[in-house]
Amino acid sequence: MADLRTDFLGIRSPNPFWLASAPPTDRKTNVLRAFKAGWGGVVWKTLGEEGPPVVNVSGPRYGAIHGPDRRLMGFNNIELITDRPLELNLQEIAEVKKLYPDRALVASIMVPCDEDSWKRILPRVEATGCDGVELNFGCPHGMSERGMGSAVGQVPEYIEMVARWCKAFTRLPVIVKLTPNITDIRHPARAAKRGGADAVSLINTINSIVSVDLDRMAPAPHVDGRGTHGGYCGPAVKPIALSMTSEIARDPETRGMPISAIGGITTWRDAAEFIALGAGTVQVCTAAMTYGFKVVDEMVTGLSTFMDAKGYRTIEDFRGLAVPNVTDWQYLNLNYVAKARIDQDLCISCGRCHIACEDTSHQAITATVDGRRRFVVKDDECVGCNLCVEICPVENCITLEHRTVGTDPRTGQPYAQPYANWTQHPNNPASSAGRAAE
Amino acid sequence: MASMATDGVTGWRLAPEDYVGNFADLSPPLTRHEAFVESERCYFCYDAPCVQSCPTGIDIPLFIRQIAKDNAIGAAETILSANIMGGMCARVCPTEQLCEEACVREHAEGKPVRIGSLQRHATDAIMAASAAAGRHPFPRAPETGRSVAVVGAGPAGLSAAHRLALLGHAVTLYDAKPKLGGLNEYGIAAYKTPADFAQAEVDFILGIGNIAVVPGVRLGVGTDLATLRGRHDAVFLGLGLGGVNALAGMEDQRNVVDALSFIEALRQAPDKAAVPVGRRVVVIGGGMTAVDAAVQARRLGAEQVTIAYRRGAADMKASRWEQELAQTNGVVIRHWMTPAGFDSRDGAVTAVRFAHRGADGSAAAEGVAIAADLVLCAIGQSFLAGSLGTGDLALEGGRIRVDAERRTTLPGVWAGGDCVAGGLDLTVSAVEDGKRAAIAIDAHLRATEPVSLLAGAA
Ligand SMILES: Cc1cc2nc3c(=O)[nH]c(=O)nc-3n(C[C@H](O)[C@H](O)[C@H](O)COP(=O)(O)OP(=O)(O)OC[C@H]3O[C@@H](n4cnc5c(N)ncnc54)[C@H](O)[C@@H]3O)c2cc1C
Ligand SMILES: Cc1cc2nc3c(=O)[nH]c(=O)nc-3n(C[C@H](O)[C@H](O)[C@H](O)COP(=O)(O)O)c2cc1C
Ligand code: SF4
Ligand code: SF4
Ligand code: SF4
Repeated sequence: MADLRTDFLGIRSPNPFWLASAPPTDRKTNVLRAFKAGWGGVVWKTLGEEGPPVVNVSGPRYGAIHGPDRRLMGFNNIELITDRPLELNLQEIAEVKKLYPDRALVASIMVPCDEDSWKRILPRVEATGCDGVELNFGCPHGMSERGMGSAVGQVPEYIEMVARWCKAFTRLPVIVKLTPNITDIRHPARAAKRGGADAVSLINTINSIVSVDLDRMAPAPHVDGRGTHGGYCGPAVKPIALSMTSEIARDPETRGMPISAIGGITTWRDAAEFIALGAGTVQVCTAAMTYGFKVVDEMVTGLSTFMDAKGYRTIEDFRGLAVPNVTDWQYLNLNYVAKARIDQDLCISCGRCHIACEDTSHQAITATVDGRRRFVVKDDECVGCNLCVEICPVENCITLEHRTVGTDPRTGQPYAQPYANWTQHPNNPASSAGRAAE
Repeated sequence: MASMATDGVTGWRLAPEDYVGNFADLSPPLTRHEAFVESERCYFCYDAPCVQSCPTGIDIPLFIRQIAKDNAIGAAETILSANIMGGMCARVCPTEQLCEEACVREHAEGKPVRIGSLQRHATDAIMAASAAAGRHPFPRAPETGRSVAVVGAGPAGLSAAHRLALLGHAVTLYDAKPKLGGLNEYGIAAYKTPADFAQAEVDFILGIGNIAVVPGVRLGVGTDLATLRGRHDAVFLGLGLGGVNALAGMEDQRNVVDALSFIEALRQAPDKAAVPVGRRVVVIGGGMTAVDAAVQARRLGAEQVTIAYRRGAADMKASRWEQELAQTNGVVIRHWMTPAGFDSRDGAVTAVRFAHRGADGSAAAEGVAIAADLVLCAIGQSFLAGSLGTGDLALEGGRIRVDAERRTTLPGVWAGGDCVAGGLDLTVSAVEDGKRAAIAIDAHLRATEPVSLLAGAA
């Protein structure tokens, strides 16, 4: 049995699956149920300042994108930080930590961007006995209009400043939660590091309008006829989160900085992918809000089976293994040749590969052979783009085969050639070969 | 059918509520959610095999995608533009031999996309919307001033009439029966088209306008083909099969009935409980009519129903699905049974005798008798050519000969549906015939002078 225990900044948890700061972690009742169900940790729903709490809308606060059979693919919300009094949350955090000392319990915080606010709240949070703090610099709606959340997260200098205050006012590990609503995620991550933060977590939600109500002519969901952008999350955002995670993992300035990955994690495989890109723990929100806390069973058992099959004893054994293989386009091997091949026994003759390639790509798949409906790849046209592989409804029916023997009928070049990338290519004016050609 | 009454043949065999259940929709409509889920199963195939296998060539991937994207009305327009009887076809097509048999998911996993059910989902939506708005979905082309006679208001005739009206021609639709619809109204099994769907569809089709309906007129009685040809610019014949084959020797027995009249009486009965049926029923034949008669006899409360067919299961014209329907309704199907006489008392059959052979044909025939108080004959129908005033209308195998455009050998006369040679004898193929003929008639009319002018010149 694989050992799923994690130690993230000294915060221990029995498995890497934490619940992200959100409604599932908004109160003691929920968190106790989550721990009972087997979650390794939680980041408590974001706490705000002392005083009257924020107020949520009483109309719809969620919207969604659905796939076939109304599978929830993307989720959108306009919820704010916790709308319960600070004192109540702190008291409950303390109680839960006592009941579950073996689980990770991190408090998420968002207060105004002045030193006093942070100085006031941090000792009180620390007094609960929680394991760490996460700074919510990500919320893209409501809070940002008040100069908090993503309004801070979009300005690296603020991130650095607040991180520095936090490190000064608490001994707890400090995690900075990043907003994806920015052009280059490396800048806020570097700022967090400069400010002395111990780790980053990402991503928070993405600015979004999930749909427009064409009867009311208003964004949906709407509150009394008007809507606003919300924060997008769920399965649809995973690719964005993966990419951002990889950017931080391989950036020379932030490389090695612990990452708690968030964004669309729904299955063990999603989690394993983030860990392979360097994440030390993963956080989940939408999957729990869609299926309830029991989904963690699939995640834990799936990850364990995967690790056993691969011979990884601990999470550290495979953490970050995919990072060195993330590179820039210019370093990809331009001499690597692959071509599509269709397994005729698996093919069900839907014709989609043909029409996709014919209409939109390289006219490289037949529709008929000798007058009969038959789909075969033409090696002299196929550029190995993978379109047909992805759109074929039958798994593994079309595969891309690496060619090593013979000559490519499309280019007339031998298949087997040594590695060469764009920086070395004669068509690149900046390459030495390109300069020589001029 | 009062004459068939024997001691064993009576109505009211079941409790009243049983009849309601037994003659309710055989396959109920999909719910909105089911329709979404099912439509998402379609792969939107290129040059889709299902389309190739639909006699009317409906753009199936397109209409299914329209359903999936919450546009059932658009889906129905796609369907109806190729097949104006898409609603009935969704209910009665043997999809397991047509579109669904060709669906790539049938080949992939033995579970085709439920094209027929989805087609029904869309057509139900447009018919409800059209009825509510009192408006037909397709506008007519400007009037051409030409007139076409359509004889027979079954699927072939209604399809031709609709398409001709759509193209701007004035249509006169004749039928021998009081109600329009042909076998949709008088033949199709009751549980395939409950709630008077056939008449609702007739009304929907006639909603196009410019179709003058003349019911109760039989071509050949009081009027003939020559008269119609003189009065109209073109004629379409969708006469169906008027004759039923009888079992030689048994015709005179009181309780031997042709299966079609039995079904017709059932279809027309306002109260199914009143339809008399035997306790022990023998159905002779192996086609759709045999199965429908047998199943409906069971659903009327007959205790033992046996289909006796002279050949094997694979030879039956009823599809595998229909054979299974019979069996799950408690009908016993016996193969290799050739009728060989009967026992009779007081002019009524008491048992039918068969010569039963082994499936390989080698074993010597053995005599088998099946007790019966009602015998239903379903051994085929035939085209009645006589007395139509057909002139030199050439036949082929006893039915009207037509070319690919459904043109007969008589100038200005087209024909389609069951009455023509070489067809599939299905509702959907009759609809296609009517459509093709109408398109050919339209082309012909646009290229020729109106008959009124010719008559004037004469
Ligand atoms: C019992 C039974 C069950 C069936 N079940 C199915 C099924 O489930 N699915 C399927 O696809 N097909 C089924 N069929 C076949 C299908 O009903 C026919 O193929 C289809 O109705 C043929 O259409 P049609 O317009 O050619 O003829 P019909 O439907 O027979 O219509 C002919 C019309 O012409 C009229 N007519 C005839 N002679 C004259 C005349 N001289 N003058 C004026 N009017 C005339 C008739 O009154 C009738 O209205 C079934 C057939 C039967 C008998
Ligand atoms: C309803 C809702 C409320 C959220 N509230 C917070 C919050 O208070 N603080 C915070 O840091 N993130 C909040 N988030 C963002 C999540 O913690 C998480 O970063 C995001 O949903 C991406 O993860 P997922 O794809 O697993 O849902 C919220 C998300 C949702 C759906
Ligand atoms: S890999 Fe791309 S180019 Fe090659 S056959 Fe597939 S779709 Fe066409
Ligand atoms: S997309 Fe796949 S299943 Fe469809 S024709 Fe191409 S290879 Fe066959
Ligand atoms: S063959 Fe099946 S999957 Fe393909 S378009 Fe037709 S219904 Fe859809």
